[in-house]
Amino acid sequence: MAEERRPKQCTVVVPTESMKAMAESIGVGQLQEESCVALSDEVSYRIKEIAQDALKFMHHGKRRKLTTSDIDNALKLKNVEPLYGFQSQDFIPFRFASGGGRELHFYEEKEVDLSDIINTPLPRVPLDVSLKAHWLSIDGVQPAIPENPPPAPKEQQKAESTEPLKVVKPGQEEDGIQNKTQGATSAESKEGIILSEGYGGYSTLDYCMFVCVCRLQEALQSIATDPGLYQMLPRFSTFISEGVRVNVVQNNLALLIYLMRMVKALMDNPTLYLEKYLHELIPAVVTCIVSKQLCLRPDVDNHWALRDFAARLMAQSCKTFSTTTNNIQSRITKTFTKSWLDEKTQWTTRYGCIAGLSELGADVIKTLILPRLTIEGARIRAVMDGPVVSNIDKIGADHVQSLLLKHCASVIAKTRNPPDNVEQYRLDYGYLGPMLCSHVVKARTQAALQAQQVNRTTLTITQPRPTLTVSQSSLGGSGGPRTPSIIKVPSSLTLMSPRPGTPTQPSPPATKYIVMATSSGASSTQQVITLSSSQSGGTSTVQSATSGLQPLVKLESGGGPGLTASRPMQKYIVVSLPSSASLDGKGSGLTAISSSTAQLEAGMKLERSDSPGASTH
Amino acid sequence: QFILKMAAVQSGQSETEEEKEIQPETSNDGSRTDGRPPAGSPGVPAPSPGAVKPSAPGEEETLRAVLRFLQKNNLSESVEILRREAGLPDEPEDQTGSESSGTGSGGQEAGGGVGDAGSLLSRVSAAPTPAAATVAAPPPPPSKVGAGDDRPDVNVVLSAYSQQGDPVLYDVYYSGLKKFIESVLDCHRAELSQVFYPLFVHMYLELVYNNHEAESKAFFEKFSGDQECYYADDLRILSSLSKKEHMRGNETLLDFRTSKFVLRISRDSYQLLKRHLQERQNNQIWTIIQEHLYIDIFDGMPRSKSQIDAMSGSLAGEAKRDSNKAKVFYGLLKEPEIEVPLDDEDEEVENEEGKPKKKKPKKDSLGNKSKKQDPNAPQQNRIPLPELKDSDKLDKIMNLKEATKRVRLGRDTLPSICFYSFLNAYQGLTAVDFTDDSSLIAGGYADSTVRVWSVTPKKLRRVKSAADLSLIDKESDDVLERIMDEKTASESKILHGHSGPVYGISFSPDRNYLLSCSEDGTVRLWSLQTFTCLVGYKGHNYPVWDTQFSPYGYYFISGGHDRVARLWATDHYQPLRMFAGHLADITCTRFHPNSNYVATGSSDRTIRLWDVLTGNCVRILTGHKGPIHAIAFSPNGKFMASGATDGRVLLWDIGHGIMIGDLKGHTDAIYTLKFSRDGEILASGSMDNTVRLWDAFKAFDELETDDFTATTGHIHLPENSQELLLGTYLTKATPVIHLHFTRRNLLLAAGAYNP
Repeated sequence: MAEERRPKQCTVVVPTESMKAMAESIGVGQLQEESCVALSDEVSYRIKEIAQDALKFMHHGKRRKLTTSDIDNALKLKNVEPLYGFQSQDFIPFRFASGGGRELHFYEEKEVDLSDIINTPLPRVPLDVSLKAHWLSIDGVQPAIPENPPPAPKEQQKAESTEPLKVVKPGQEEDGIQNKTQGATSAESKEGIILSEGYGGYSTLDYCMFVCVCRLQEALQSIATDPGLYQMLPRFSTFISEGVRVNVVQNNLALLIYLMRMVKALMDNPTLYLEKYLHELIPAVVTCIVSKQLCLRPDVDNHWALRDFAARLMAQSCKTFSTTTNNIQSRITKTFTKSWLDEKTQWTTRYGCIAGLSELGADVIKTLILPRLTIEGARIRAVMDGPVVSNIDKIGADHVQSLLLKHCASVIAKTRNPPDNVEQYRLDYGYLGPMLCSHVVKARTQAALQAQQVNRTTLTITQPRPTLTVSQSSLGGSGGPRTPSIIKVPSSLTLMSPRPGTPTQPSPPATKYIVMATSSGASSTQQVITLSSSQSGGTSTVQSATSGLQPLVKLESGGGPGLTASRPMQKYIVVSLPSSASLDGKGSGLTAISSSTAQLEAGMKLERSDSPGASTH
Repeated sequence: QFILKMAAVQSGQSETEEEKEIQPETSNDGSRTDGRPPAGSPGVPAPSPGAVKPSAPGEEETLRAVLRFLQKNNLSESVEILRREAGLPDEPEDQTGSESSGTGSGGQEAGGGVGDAGSLLSRVSAAPTPAAATVAAPPPPPSKVGAGDDRPDVNVVLSAYSQQGDPVLYDVYYSGLKKFIESVLDCHRAELSQVFYPLFVHMYLELVYNNHEAESKAFFEKFSGDQECYYADDLRILSSLSKKEHMRGNETLLDFRTSKFVLRISRDSYQLLKRHLQERQNNQIWTIIQEHLYIDIFDGMPRSKSQIDAMSGSLAGEAKRDSNKAKVFYGLLKEPEIEVPLDDEDEEVENEEGKPKKKKPKKDSLGNKSKKQDPNAPQQNRIPLPELKDSDKLDKIMNLKEATKRVRLGRDTLPSICFYSFLNAYQGLTAVDFTDDSSLIAGGYADSTVRVWSVTPKKLRRVKSAADLSLIDKESDDVLERIMDEKTASESKILHGHSGPVYGISFSPDRNYLLSCSEDGTVRLWSLQTFTCLVGYKGHNYPVWDTQFSPYGYYFISGGHDRVARLWATDHYQPLRMFAGHLADITCTRFHPNSNYVATGSSDRTIRLWDVLTGNCVRILTGHKGPIHAIAFSPNGKFMASGATDGRVLLWDIGHGIMIGDLKGHTDAIYTLKFSRDGEILASGSMDNTVRLWDAFKAFDELETDDFTATTGHIHLPENSQELLLGTYLTKATPVIHLHFTRRNLLLAAGAYNP
């Protein structure tokens, strides 16, 4: 490789045309060809020399990028006046122009109107340098905190899953990875998030989710952001697929919703390589879309929202994971279409299929749904206008109808030309025609409105969170570096106090809320009650949860360090339910209790092991 | 004979213009040729000075130049001889020396200039023509030593690259040699391959010098790919050089011309090479080997490829064996005895009993150890060290106390690492240092500022102004507390004064001063009491890359682009010592723990160890393949670790002056190295965003110290760097540019977060 490059280095010179152009630019008209050659040789040599010197400055500046100041310094070294006015941190774009058989690269300098400069508001003052400390390693083990990189980068996770043999290379890699994995696992055990022993025998067990909405929110947030979770991924995945299986049978809508939100959170986590677990996750999601029954009282409960949400999830995973080899999208489309076309399909499933398809995008709607609108319309009419078969069917048909209207209208609005004639619509789309027509009209007006608004840029101002300062000052008193996992920092840096010793970096909140097994067997019944009572509330929050909630920093967690002696960590231990309606759940419940206490102890231990380190300064 | 004369004429013509620019550089080493293989002169017929042939008129000047040069270097004996032989008048300044004698001696001298080639020729042809023999004849035996010492030197100066062969043949010569070396036995091949690189460079430079631009380019393209990859940087510089005019003022080139490339070759291999060159009458190559290479011949087995690769890579080849023979007192100085009060060992006890203060001299293990004089330690007063002040004693006591609480590190007990990230540094952080007690941290920035932080709750305060100070009751017990201005308390302070990026920074051991060196060519001393600049040490006229305080304070060392390391004392504005010898920028400077030695790492890819007392270079360590940016001494003073841009950490035994370990793992430049307080763990920090921990204990423990073949310079590196790697800790987009072990062996790391 280097050999190929070297001859090139040897020969690269500034072209003589450039010399001519430069000479002309300073008013030397006729430059002899010979002098051009001589000049270009000389100039190329000098430029190379200066570049080599500039590299030296880059190395000593401990950077990887050569900057204009390096060049300036190199020039100074040669007693040459530096180039003024080229202080740019960024890449300086050269423009290219050709004409008259000449090619020219130049640096475009725009004329600047002084009044513009004067009148523009001052840019924000750059933040001052600050010093932050965090633990890179504790007794040789790297803690999985946001300040540290994820224990295994996504590429490595991928390599592990695609080429399991290759990963353990002899030599240097091996040690690194082993160390790392060891590190990660023991770190997790220390922090008490290792799964209960139940993992080996999970066929009998089933985790269920607990529900205390406020906690859950944080748990999901943690799943979505924690960089150190990849070790847990197989368990999460099993947990979800088992959970869906069990809860579909039990018609436990609330838990299904939470499981789906968990899938969503996993997908949102940028550090996880999910591809390996799609075979478990996708069936679970699809189940939640098309299952005949998802709740105990289909006439009352809003299982439609779950289907919508799961359909959106499905669409998202199609978008992210579908490749030519796994063909997720086409396989999913096939599945949906097949069951939709089936005459005997129930309304609920039908709804799911349509929702799933329509989330896949306008093209899918156009090719698969629009042609069937007439047939579907007829079917709906049969239910609506015909003899009352059952209330459930009617509700189902109603939902299907509104779903179709919602999705198709926007597509039609784009594909069909304006004159929206009701009769024409009836002709084209049958029973649904008139309604579609009105929806399309509405969609058009809305689009027009939006087009007007597009130009207005939206400015989002993130509110500084006063709780932060509180937590930091409390830390400041304690002095020395701290295990930073306790401090939550919103993405804004503005609030950082200049105080060194409080480790924070612009990264997502750090607190670990892992949803896991364990709760007392006695209380489990109570929680089931809480579950059902909160169902309606739960469903309504689904929407908001997906829209990327960034929960505000809780004061209690921020001020944590002071309290940690009495309360080991911000740990929300979460729940298990007895197994699928059977009684042997008690046994597992009991083991779960013991493990939970063990975790707590581990947490305490960690705290203790921290403090001597912190006070060594 | 004709060829010789041509060469002589050439040398005569070129010397006048060459002389001026080269003379200063050549003065560094007068005796470098004494190791020259004795191949040149034996077999030459007896001298007959009378038979000097007349030659070109320009040679008179040559002779004068030679004479002037010799006088300048105080080589009076040689001057005497030359004058006698040439028949020049006593005053060399007298330009009116007789034409005949001048030209005659010129012929003589020029003959000497190509003497080696001539003598070789004569050997090869076995039947030398009388004229050639007389021309090439050295002076009579007794004076031969003196003349032999200098003549090749002068020769280099005057006729560098002027012997001009047919440019087309260079290609043939080189590929002929290449073919030969490829065909020799495996055991010799590796050794002989070392010749390629210097030969290639010199042949290329000869071509360039003689204005064969096209040929030189072709030559470069054809053979540059064969060179070892670790010469890529130098080749890049070479490649840009295509004209004779460029050679003026090019540092790399001057290095090549003024210093001989040192090769270590076993006698067998050398004989093989010599025989081949003689058989093939390959004068061109032979001349280069004679003039520009120093071949250090040893008896014994030829070295293997890996052994050679481990040691080569420096700009000027390996170190000569005899340059590492000097004795180095690497032991530690005896610690002054300090009474350690026993009572506050246990703070609770102290609190209960009030303040008993028994003041018992403590006889613990540490105290006993320091009693015995290390046989390898230098004399306590070998270099004058500052007296201990009361505050220093107090600090020592603190240190000992902390040491008792120190975590014993090892394979199974790795240190915790606390990472200090500099946020919003905008790529501008260039240097970091911690105080020994880890209470302060300082950062040097590209915007020429220096910032000091306190990492303890104790804030930084300035001393009050003079007017306020006069109001203070000087008799009070807490006068030290009173002089501080409470209003100035803050967590960090900025020091302004430099006018260029700050590349090196160092706290004094007593935490009262801070040193910083910068691109502006100065080293500045700052007071941490007043947070003002006290002195600007000017001496380096070019960027200063690194500086460091002596472990005992008072002295400090600096090194920079001017290739000279300077030793200073804080109260002298001029340096006490100048250490010259590196062939390229000095990139890092470190004091030995006993303060008697100084190690400097350089862009010429060597490390040199200098004796502070005498100013001599006592060790030259080669083996790195890139500029050296980090050096660390083990706490016992016996070993040294160095890291370079090639991403490798090399371990050295200072006493024997040889490499004992090669730690591979980093993928980018290493900017910092540190041994734990007990020397059991070596931590390295790199541009590749990792901190790595190495088992130094094992690396040094496994050495078979009796088996050191320091005499031959053979090294057998254990291939165990993966076993020695104890941990790799990846940071988040933060290059690690400083590491520090606290007194309790907690590892502190620092770097700027560069998202």
